[in-house]
Amino acid sequence: MGFEYAPAPESREIVRLQASYGLFLNGEFVPSSSGRTFLTYNPATEEPLAEVALAGEEDVEAAVNAARAAQEGAWGRMRGAERAKYLFRIARILQERAREFAVLESLDNGKPIRESRDVDVPLSAAHFFYHAGWADKLEYAGLGPAPRPLGVAGQIIPWNFPLLMASWKLAPALAAGNTCVLKPAETTPLTALLLAAVCQQANLPPGVVNVLTGDGETGAALVRHPGLDKVAFTGSTEVGKEILRTLAGTGRRLTLELGGKAANVVFDDAPLDQAVEGIVNGIFFNQGQVCCAGSRLLVQESVAEAVVERLKRRLTTLRLGDPLDKNTDIGAINSAQQLAKIRQLSAAGDAEGAERWSPPCELPERGYWFPPTIFTGVSQSHRIAREEIFGPVLSVLTFRTPAEAVTKANNTPYGLSAGVWTEKGSRILWMANKMEAGVVWANTFNRFDPASPFGGYQESGFGREGGRHGIEAYLDA
Amino acid sequence: MPDRLDVAKTYKLFVRGAFPRSESGRSYAVKSADGRWLANAAQASRKDVRDAVVAAREAVSGWSGATAYNRGQVLYRVAELLEGRAAQFTDQVVDAEGTRRERARRDVETAIDRWVWYAGWADKFAQVVGSSNPVAGPYFNFSLPEPTGVVAIVAPQESSFLGLVSVLAPVIVTGNTTVVVAAELRPLPAVTLSEVLATSDVPPGVVNVLTGRTAELAPVLAAHMDVNAIDLTGAPENVAELERASAANLKRVLIQPDDWVGDPSPRRMKSFVEIKTVWHPVGT
Repeated sequence: MGFEYAPAPESREIVRLQASYGLFLNGEFVPSSSGRTFLTYNPATEEPLAEVALAGEEDVEAAVNAARAAQEGAWGRMRGAERAKYLFRIARILQERAREFAVLESLDNGKPIRESRDVDVPLSAAHFFYHAGWADKLEYAGLGPAPRPLGVAGQIIPWNFPLLMASWKLAPALAAGNTCVLKPAETTPLTALLLAAVCQQANLPPGVVNVLTGDGETGAALVRHPGLDKVAFTGSTEVGKEILRTLAGTGRRLTLELGGKAANVVFDDAPLDQAVEGIVNGIFFNQGQVCCAGSRLLVQESVAEAVVERLKRRLTTLRLGDPLDKNTDIGAINSAQQLAKIRQLSAAGDAEGAERWSPPCELPERGYWFPPTIFTGVSQSHRIAREEIFGPVLSVLTFRTPAEAVTKANNTPYGLSAGVWTEKGSRILWMANKMEAGVVWANTFNRFDPASPFGGYQESGFGREGGRHGIEAYLDA
Repeated sequence: MPDRLDVAKTYKLFVRGAFPRSESGRSYAVKSADGRWLANAAQASRKDVRDAVVAAREAVSGWSGATAYNRGQVLYRVAELLEGRAAQFTDQVVDAEGTRRERARRDVETAIDRWVWYAGWADKFAQVVGSSNPVAGPYFNFSLPEPTGVVAIVAPQESSFLGLVSVLAPVIVTGNTTVVVAAELRPLPAVTLSEVLATSDVPPGVVNVLTGRTAELAPVLAAHMDVNAIDLTGAPENVAELERASAANLKRVLIQPDDWVGDPSPRRMKSFVEIKTVWHPVGT
């Protein structure tokens, strides 16, 4: 099915990249105290985009102090209704500058502009808008009569949804009256810095939001800083466990949103075309670099062949290439390191006897790319059925009975999300009840909303983001 | 000399609804607050912990799958039986804690009332903690609490009965199952509570009670990969070490040493549930 499309690139002109970016500390952009910097790259072309300050221990100290001063000063004393207006203002500016954010996100992260434009940026604005309204209504959240902010929050976010994760972290924390030190991922610092500029534009008091760009060492220094009252981390389960061990004995509040290996379960009575769309959205959204990706397809044996056939046909229509092209479905993998991990696990799939298939697909010469891939003949013991690949790789397994589907779906230490496709209402509710996952998508997948709590069971972490449950993670109630 | 010799009770572990001795064959002397020998309690081993966790795991699906109304009735039934044994518990608390009888009696009554309080939460908790979420799209979206699974409890060391009830009831009322490490030096009320549970309608394995050395048993539970959460209320020291061990499978850890003393709140129940959110499209 070869459709020809003329290229439809979104213009880069709207983004004015600076040659170098400072840390956002106490309301100002400043160089790191050591003067050290690092480069951030466009993963679709490997071109360097900008030089970014690398924060060290001293910068962490300064940021935590600034946040503390703001919490005990202007922000802590401010009435909730006033805090709300700041957050509404940030939401509006995000909407006004949406195109700029979308292009910058696609440049720095490699995700298709269609997704940054239609998902990341609007959802970020929605998160600020939703949480703004909580700021002066916390006593009605049902958490206790007089909920209090925790104080200063250290927040570490991943590279897969850089702006959206920053919004998920900042909006509830600020609404609850906390101040923040945010550490964006090393490979995707730019939209968090643009968000800092938005905070400036909104006249947010200095020190309420601080952004420390840097590497893993920066994050580790932030986590262990004794001046924090709360740590929030989104990233790998491995690092999450390290943070738990670091914070043991400190009594500091912690929420973790970690890895996943979600089962997407398709029954034989499911509307198969819709299910195929859901499977594709589940695993190829954001190149599969999604902690809640539906990376294990469990399909009922009687329809397995039909589903895989339709899936393959659908994959041949996906367009991989320039993230800024509005026709692009599959963008670039975020980094060389991530690409290596995807390749390694896919090779393990081959070696362990699963059958690999990708549509005919030309990969650009430069940049980090991996074609949409499905493995059939996967068994539960295969690494590609157990380990989080965090890439556009789907493992297909089969089942016969609902009980077997549940057993296989739950056969993982993770528990972030799950999907179920069937026309039978009672079975949807039964499956939703049995599957051990924080989010269950029934006849849909990968839906997100600021009013909807998101977070994991078991080794996918604890605490929720979004909704009434999310705000609780930033309150002493 | 009295005409009749008392029949002394053998205090054993409580696992899967049965009363085994420790597989290790060990026991330890339990003395009253004023130094009298009371009994030889079973001294549970690492292997006993593992057996108890298996029993607790087996009981999860039945107990968490029971209706909330049913769990509420089962727990209320426990309170009825506790009431009938109030005098026995009072004697044991006096022995264990050395408190005056009046005070012990009050503690036992508070414990029974607290058990009733929690029993009544069974079919209200999800209404209070759950939500319907107005998402921006054609989806029905709701959030509900679900039990975390197997919860290990290190029971308070000082308060042998009220403390135990205060940490146990909030764990099981929401559908969790548990392995409890009883107060090391004051374990007898916990064993007697086991006898109540065994003759109530609480299914075997939902509550398992181990007596022994806290310092020996707690680290095994903290490091156990099939325990989902741990309540360290009664962990005397090395709490940070237990927390570190708990990181291996991301156990939910509760460290609130004294929060059970005052009137209870939903907080303890909330510590051992997971919020599940379900989406479904709305359409014709």
